[in-house]
Order: sequence, then structure tokens, then C-alpha cells
Amino acid sequence: MANVVLRDVRKTYTGGFEAIKGIDFEVGDGQFCVLVGPSGCGKSTLLRMVAGLETITSGDIDIGGRIVNQIEPADRDIAMVFQNYALYPHMTVYNNMAYGLRNRRMPEPEIDTRVQEAARILELGTMLDRKPKQLSGGQRQRVAMGRAIVRQPKVFLFDEPLSNLDAKLRIAMRVEIRKLQRRLKTTSIYVTHDQLEAMTLADILVVMNGGRVEQIGNPLDIYQKPATTFVASFIGAPPMNLMPLRSDEISAQFAGDSRAASEAGILGIRPEDFIISSETIVGGIALDLTVEAIERVGAETFIYGTRQHEIQGVAANPGELPPGEVIVRIPGAVAPAIGERIKAVAPRESLHLFSADGRKRIDL
Amino acid sequence: MVEHRPWNDIIAYAILTLGVFIVAFPVYVAVIASTHDAATVVGGRMPLSPGGHALENYYRAIFVGGSRTAPEPVGQLLLNSFISAIGIAVGKICISILSAYAVVYFRFPFRKTAFWIIFVTLMLPVEVRIYPTYKVVADLRMLDTYAGLILPLIASATGTLLFRQFFMTVPDELLEASRIDGAGPFRFFWDTLLPLSVTTISALFVIQFIYGWNQYLWPLLITTQDSMQTIVTGIKKMLVTTDELAEWQLAMATAVLAMLPPVAVVIFMQRLFVRGLVETEK
Repeated sequence: MANVVLRDVRKTYTGGFEAIKGIDFEVGDGQFCVLVGPSGCGKSTLLRMVAGLETITSGDIDIGGRIVNQIEPADRDIAMVFQNYALYPHMTVYNNMAYGLRNRRMPEPEIDTRVQEAARILELGTMLDRKPKQLSGGQRQRVAMGRAIVRQPKVFLFDEPLSNLDAKLRIAMRVEIRKLQRRLKTTSIYVTHDQLEAMTLADILVVMNGGRVEQIGNPLDIYQKPATTFVASFIGAPPMNLMPLRSDEISAQFAGDSRAASEAGILGIRPEDFIISSETIVGGIALDLTVEAIERVGAETFIYGTRQHEIQGVAANPGELPPGEVIVRIPGAVAPAIGERIKAVAPRESLHLFSADGRKRIDL
Repeated sequence: MVEHRPWNDIIAYAILTLGVFIVAFPVYVAVIASTHDAATVVGGRMPLSPGGHALENYYRAIFVGGSRTAPEPVGQLLLNSFISAIGIAVGKICISILSAYAVVYFRFPFRKTAFWIIFVTLMLPVEVRIYPTYKVVADLRMLDTYAGLILPLIASATGTLLFRQFFMTVPDELLEASRIDGAGPFRFFWDTLLPLSVTTISALFVIQFIYGWNQYLWPLLITTQDSMQTIVTGIKKMLVTTDELAEWQLAMATAVLAMLPPVAVVIFMQRLFVRGLVETEK
């Protein structure tokens, strides 16, 4: 049991590329911390620095009250689950789990107890004599987790452990990992690029972008109050609608609000916060949209509309909406027809305002 | 391309049969000649069916030796060949797997240079560096010893390259998992890399065993005593005679005996050998 503290951690590669640009956060004892961000944001590098597989250029990493910067991975009292599982292909499942313990010269009876216990928890009991080649992806994943569990480390590190599994198995394993972590109460750091995984697993969510932390907090808080436009569009699927607050119909609706008028440059609204109605809400916002496309997924329907007063264009970044396009999520399968003109309204409390550069949230 | 035309098949089989015949016929003649007595073989009209002197010829070749021309029995030569071929194969595997491990997994100054120096030695086979090598071996007083037969042929780049290519396909995560599991460089090598390399080692063993077995020039140069010859140089000596007839039946028996160990190695290790050269799944 231990907490993990990062203090102004930086990583610069020999070529001069700065992968991690000063990161501070703390994971409390027994908490499940998820690092999430787009590929190349430095989340895996950061995890590998905690593991000791990458050197730390400056700053401190502290595991359980001990600064581990110069300590070998084996002596940091951590266990890691890799994306491709990294099982020893020539060893049986049993030996894969026992290997790390044998290297630590643990007595054989104790190893056996721990491996059997892990096998029972992970339902691997009948597979202990098999080689990794004879297992399915999900089973290999379990063995990789078993190898981490038997060590009884202070910290579990997960590097995108589910990304090699198919969608259904991924959800099942996600729930299992969460249950297991609750039961063992081991401090965990988990890296993923999947915002849904991040939302469902995390006690603390760390959203990263370009080697920096964008926001740290409880997942729901982050969802409800994103600190930057990056977080707003990264967390939540489909992403939050972001539109410039210019001297047009939108800013006119904020005419009475001096702060919004002076500081804010960008307005954000989540797709599910809209309702389609012909009446406006006092203090809220109303957008006139032309329906361009409709996606029905059964329980809900996504309407892609374009604003009539906006110039059409292409998205600046992948995953973002093109300017002028708005997604509205409505429950059920009844939706307007393509080409129809609709009015989407959102109440004042579900509006998000950001500074013009998107780096700062402005609370109404 | 899949076509089914009877004529194609017939032509293909005919060509293949011809190929097999060209390769196999001399071997067949050698086997037949080793079963006749001296008079029949020298008589000029070699029969193509086995004669009745097989046991006698092989017994003499292995245990007694030729009457005058090659006094050393082949048994000793076979043993010499075997020791040097095994020595060369095992030695090469040890040296090349270790050097490849160093080049792939360790960051040390001039690592690239070391690799390129090893690579360049590919252009310098024994035949090219034979004089300096001979001088070194002679100065070290290794003429007429097994060490002299083995050591100069051990160092080579082929094995290092083969292992390097294999090590590069081993995922980095395996090394990282080992580090987290508390395995140091030696443990990782011994517990993980070596077991994964078994097929590559077998492939290299087969190649190098045959390479060592078939050495001719080097053993010829550094062995002066008959008892230190290898079987390949021994055959040649049986045929060089000054004033009497070469005992062709014994030479042929020796040739057949010389063929057997490489054939056995290939047959027994064929499966591993092929897997070692084509394996991609890790």
C-alpha cells in the first residue's frame, strides 16, 4: 500500500525533444488513477518513468514515501501489465507468474500459494500448465494480470492493457480490472487513450496533452466542468460542441452578461444538453439548425446540423467538429428528417464558456 | 500458379529425376565400390551391383587402416573430424550468441563500430587470412592440436548476424517485463533469450557442423601427424601413392563413412533447422 507522488517531472530525450513538460500530481493510497490523452501526449512515457523503464530528466517520483528516481524497476515494488502482455512464450502460465517470485528467492511453497490464489481469483486454475500460445487474448490478459498480482506490489501499472482485445471482451475485462482493484486495494496507474475506459475506471482522472496535464480530478467533475476546450472535446463521445462567441446571434444572447461578453471567446454545449423545441429558454441559448445527417443507434439518436449563419469549413483537428456543425443527441429513435430546419435550445446551466484561446474556463 | 496439364507434370518429373540421378549416381558408385575387392575396382570395369567384400573393407578402413599409403585407421580420423566439427559448431554458437547479445541489448561506446567490424570479417574467410592465421597458430604452438583445428575457424560474423536478426524480433516488452520481474542481464539471457533461441541455435549448429566437417585446406595445413588428420584430408592421402596402386575400395569406404555424420545431423535436426530459418512467430 502506498501513494505515488510526482513533483515537476520532466523528460527530455537526447535529441532535445521534450516529451514530458513538468507534471505534478498525487495518487492516494489505494486509488485508481487513469492517465488519458491522445497518442503522443506522453502518457505512456510518464507511466514508464514511474516503472523505471525510462530515465527521469528532472523532478522526483515518490512511491510510498521513497524517491525512486535512481532505483531499478525490480526494486521499486511495482508490477506492470503491458499492452501486448509480454508473457514469456516458452514458460507455462504457472511459471510466467512464478518467475518474478523465484528471482526474488521466495520459498517454493509460498510461491505456490500465491500463484494458486491468483489463479483462483482470475479463474486460470485449469490453464496453469499451458503455454501462452495456447491461450486466447483474454486469457493471456489474465495471466499478465496474475503475474502482477502474485507480486503483491505497492503499485500496479497498466499500459493500455485492453487495446488488443475485441470490443466485447474489453468491456468485460474493464469491469474485472475495476473489481479486482477494489478488492486488492492496490494503488494503480492506468494508461489509456479510450475516454470511456478512463471515465469508468478512474478515481482520479489525469487528462494529458502535448506532455502537459490539462486537468486532474474526479471523472464526473471533469466531464461536467472541463477546464479547457481540449478536455471538453476529448472527454465525452460524441465531443462537446464548441463554437466561437462572436458578434452574431450567440453573443447577442449574452448581451446582459458583461463577464461573458468581455472575456469569453468560445461557447461549448454537450450534445445531450440540447432539446429540440420551438420555444427558447430564458437565459439559455437557441440555435437554428439545418439537419444534415442522422445516426440512429437504438436508444438514442444523433442529429448532425449546420448553423444557418455560420460559414462551412473543415475541422482544425481530428475528432473535432467542423466549424458551424453541431451535434444534438436526443433519446429514442424519433428524429426530424434530413433537410428540415430545427431549433435546438440549451438551458443556461449547461453552457460552458472558455477564453478565446481555449486554455481557460469561465464560470457564469 | 496452379495448372493441371499432364505434359507439364511429366516434364517436371523427368527433370527432377534427372537432377536426382546426377547427384545420386556418384554416391551410389562410391557405395558399390566400397563393397568390392581391390582387383575388381582397379580392373577398369566397375560393376554396378554390390560385391561381397563390404564387411572386410569397412572393417579394414575403420580399425586397421590402408596397408601402406594411409597407415592411420579411419576410426581415429572420424573421431578427429567429429571433435573439430563439434568444437567449431559449439564454439561459434557460444561466441556469436554472446556477441549478438552485447550488440543488440547493451549501450556501450563504439557499439556500432563493434558491429561493423564483426560485419566486415564476413569478407575475410579463412582462405584469405590463411598466412597470418597459420603464423599465429604456429607461434601459439597449436599445430597438430585440436585447439589449432578449432579455434581459428570459430570466429565468424554469420552466426552473430543470424542471432542479431533474431534478437531484434524479440519484443522489447519481454526485456522490460524481465527487468520488472527482477531478472538482471544474465538471467534475462539465460531464462528468456536462450530458450527462445533454441531453433536458431539448431539451425546454426547444422550449418556450422557441416562447415566444420568439410574443412579441407586448414586441417591439411596445420596437421602433420597422421593421427591428427581429419577424415576429409585422410581420403585425399589414400589416393596419393608413389609406386603402387591406390586402394580405391578403402578410399570409397572412407568417403561413405565421411558422408554419414553430416547426413545424420541434417536428418535428425531437419525439423528444428527449417523452423529456425523460417520462424517468425514469437
